[in-house]
Amino acid sequence: MSEQHPATGAEDTSAPVGASPDAAVEPVDAAPRRGMSRRAVLGTVGAAAGVAAVGAGGFAAGRATADPLQRHAYDFFGTHQSGIVTPQQDRLHFAAFDLTTDSRARVISLLRKWTEAAATLMTGSELGSGAAGGAYAAPPDDTGEALGLPASGLTITFGFGPGLFDDRFGLADRRPAQLIDLPKFSGDTLDERYVGGDLCIQACADDPQVAVHAIRNLSRIAFGDAAIRWTQLGFGRTSSTTRAQDTPRNFMGFKDGTANLRAEDVDLVDEHVWASADDGEEWMAGGSYLVARRIRILAENWDRTSLQQQESDVGRTKGSGAPLSGGSEFTEPDFTVTGRDGEPLIRPDSHVALAHPSANGGARMLRRGYNFTDGADDLGRLDAGLFFLAYVRDPATQFVPIQNALSSHDVMTIEYLRTTGSALFAIPPGVPAGATLGSDGGAFVGEALFA
Amino acid sequence: MPRPALARLGAVAAIPVSALALAACVPNTQADGDTIAVSSTADACDVAATEAPSGTIVFDVTNDGDDVTEFYLLAPDGLRIISEVENIGPGITRQLVVQVGPGDYLTACKPGMVGDGIQAAFTVTDSGEDVISGDKAEQLTAAGDSYLLYVRDQIQTLEQKTAAFLEAYVAGDDDTARELYADARVHWERIEPVAESFGDLDPMMDAREADLAEGEEWTGWHRIEKNLWPPAEGYDLTDAERQELADKLAADTAELAARVNADDFTIDAFQVGNGAKELLDEVAAGKITGEEEIWSHTDLWDFQANVDGAAVAFGVLRDVTAETDPDLVEELDSRFAELNELLAQYGSIEEGFVLYTDLTEDQIVELARAVDALAEPLSRLTAAAVI
Repeated sequence: MSEQHPATGAEDTSAPVGASPDAAVEPVDAAPRRGMSRRAVLGTVGAAAGVAAVGAGGFAAGRATADPLQRHAYDFFGTHQSGIVTPQQDRLHFAAFDLTTDSRARVISLLRKWTEAAATLMTGSELGSGAAGGAYAAPPDDTGEALGLPASGLTITFGFGPGLFDDRFGLADRRPAQLIDLPKFSGDTLDERYVGGDLCIQACADDPQVAVHAIRNLSRIAFGDAAIRWTQLGFGRTSSTTRAQDTPRNFMGFKDGTANLRAEDVDLVDEHVWASADDGEEWMAGGSYLVARRIRILAENWDRTSLQQQESDVGRTKGSGAPLSGGSEFTEPDFTVTGRDGEPLIRPDSHVALAHPSANGGARMLRRGYNFTDGADDLGRLDAGLFFLAYVRDPATQFVPIQNALSSHDVMTIEYLRTTGSALFAIPPGVPAGATLGSDGGAFVGEALFA
Repeated sequence: MPRPALARLGAVAAIPVSALALAACVPNTQADGDTIAVSSTADACDVAATEAPSGTIVFDVTNDGDDVTEFYLLAPDGLRIISEVENIGPGITRQLVVQVGPGDYLTACKPGMVGDGIQAAFTVTDSGEDVISGDKAEQLTAAGDSYLLYVRDQIQTLEQKTAAFLEAYVAGDDDTARELYADARVHWERIEPVAESFGDLDPMMDAREADLAEGEEWTGWHRIEKNLWPPAEGYDLTDAERQELADKLAADTAELAARVNADDFTIDAFQVGNGAKELLDEVAAGKITGEEEIWSHTDLWDFQANVDGAAVAFGVLRDVTAETDPDLVEELDSRFAELNELLAQYGSIEEGFVLYTDLTEDQIVELARAVDALAEPLSRLTAAAVI
């Protein structure tokens, strides 16, 4: 690890560094002193020409081209952690960890190291002495598969699971009331291999290799203190977190998250996403809570369902995503419009009707899910679905009632979805701009919890 | 797996005549030539063509108005409905696919779903193509009626066998109860989508432990199953608890019988076809994985019963489907036969099956593949039958 380095950039973490989306951000000031920019290693990038680095010698994993999004670098520092209201990237690698140490000091030391490494990785720089620049007799500090790749909009978001607040670390009385133990929902078929975790890291990027590189290197740093409990790769986003983004489709082929909270809804995000000191735990102010659910889709059965039934189950058209009450995608559903038979055009037990804020006391979430596939099961069926990620201020009121309604009444959920993994994490606030990082007393994510 | 209240059949059953719901289905045979665009507004019904050749005609009906609209193809008297598509929300496009012989017709949009609609003449010229004759609606109604008789018969047997099963269970004769369990459930599983359409009864009668939300009370078949095949010590129930569970299941079964025997309970062809697909879903989602009968491992009885029910549904739609898609009928015949032959290797409902836990992984995979091979073409049955 490098020694301390100054942090720069006062922008909110939701905003990309750099004025133009086309600008290839080269956050020189934020690069670790001894670390190297991956692009610097491989030569200058023709940023203005929109050309990314091509790996010299042909062995580096450089992409021949990179679109403007992939050249984004987001600021690690800010009131909130990055990777929440940040425009949702296309790729995910998520990891839940078990703490294997009983030492509070070791946990703090791990978080310091993780924080510093995350800040470095997000700039598109190599860790430590790099992948090919360190001592010849020693393994390289950086595993190297991201050499030649731009920052790719990488964000790294850390979370704390209930296990951090057990009797090992003297933090039991700091557990936020909002960090509940999720109840069992109807139809949950949880696989213990995908449940829980003491810590989590959400790495999102517009290049899957950059996201995987981040988790790989952060888990390497953790050996001895924390070990991976489970991970999840996501190959395509299923939500939009800004208005500039198109609504993507989930694995059921429908547009998903049309009504999602967006970064631009500042007041709503303040109300529904960000924890406040008034919520009970001052150390969580500016943080949030992350619900992670691995939802398998019984794709083969769904694919055999008629279009009429699919649309009726969802409550929207498959093509445009318009609510069945009429209009276009962003038209508010009108649950009072009835058809020939006097029944609502949007069935009361459709997904849209049950999940809509009007059916849930106005509860909203900021969803940030991903499509996943983990190959096939023993019967040759796709083990694929939605890795549901949602940021909320209070899971007990913003997630549990909605999930109960869906699990018990939503035909789509009951017949075609199986939740196989589940976890809840407290997401502490960000590390403030200007903070000094490093193993020697540097700032770190969640520092206020240990104060 | 339970389906919630009105989710399936209920929602469809609310549509009065089967032909109305059918119009929105995509046909197995594509229309010749282009589709005919229709724009429905508050005061206009613009049909892109006034003439089309006989055969399958496809209208793409877009609601460009502000009210819910409908589109009809009518006989020249303006009264008899050849086909229609209803419940088109503003801004939404729906397809109407219809088989039409040569002659004079009327098109009509009905914005706001009131009045006679905005009508215009529409001529179908003779293309020389065979068009399916007009007794289709009768055939489909007869198919639904025939399936209803099957459902009522199965539920009657279910009541009788459930009573015998519960008698042994309450008497503490667990051996007899275990013997009767799977055989009685066969009659539930054969008509499962119909039973599940009663969203209040189904969770009380057939919920598996995994279906329960935290704090929910567990009753019905699988609660008793766990008592009769306890996974470990300590699952005993008192006589009073057994009596309570038995009384509840008997009462719920009687209620189910009363509902399907009610005069106003009907099943249309659309529901029959979808029910067949859903029965195979049941196999694929629960039985093939051994999740349905997780304590008794009698999944193959349920499996066979689901397939039986699907075969009956296919049977009542067979003739009408043979007219529109003989290849599909042929494929379904052979896929049903293959799956039934495979199941027969493991027993029969009359003689009993091997337990799920006695199947090897390879055997389960083989069964799963046969289920998929049948389920895929079966999912096309409804559209083929009703168009």
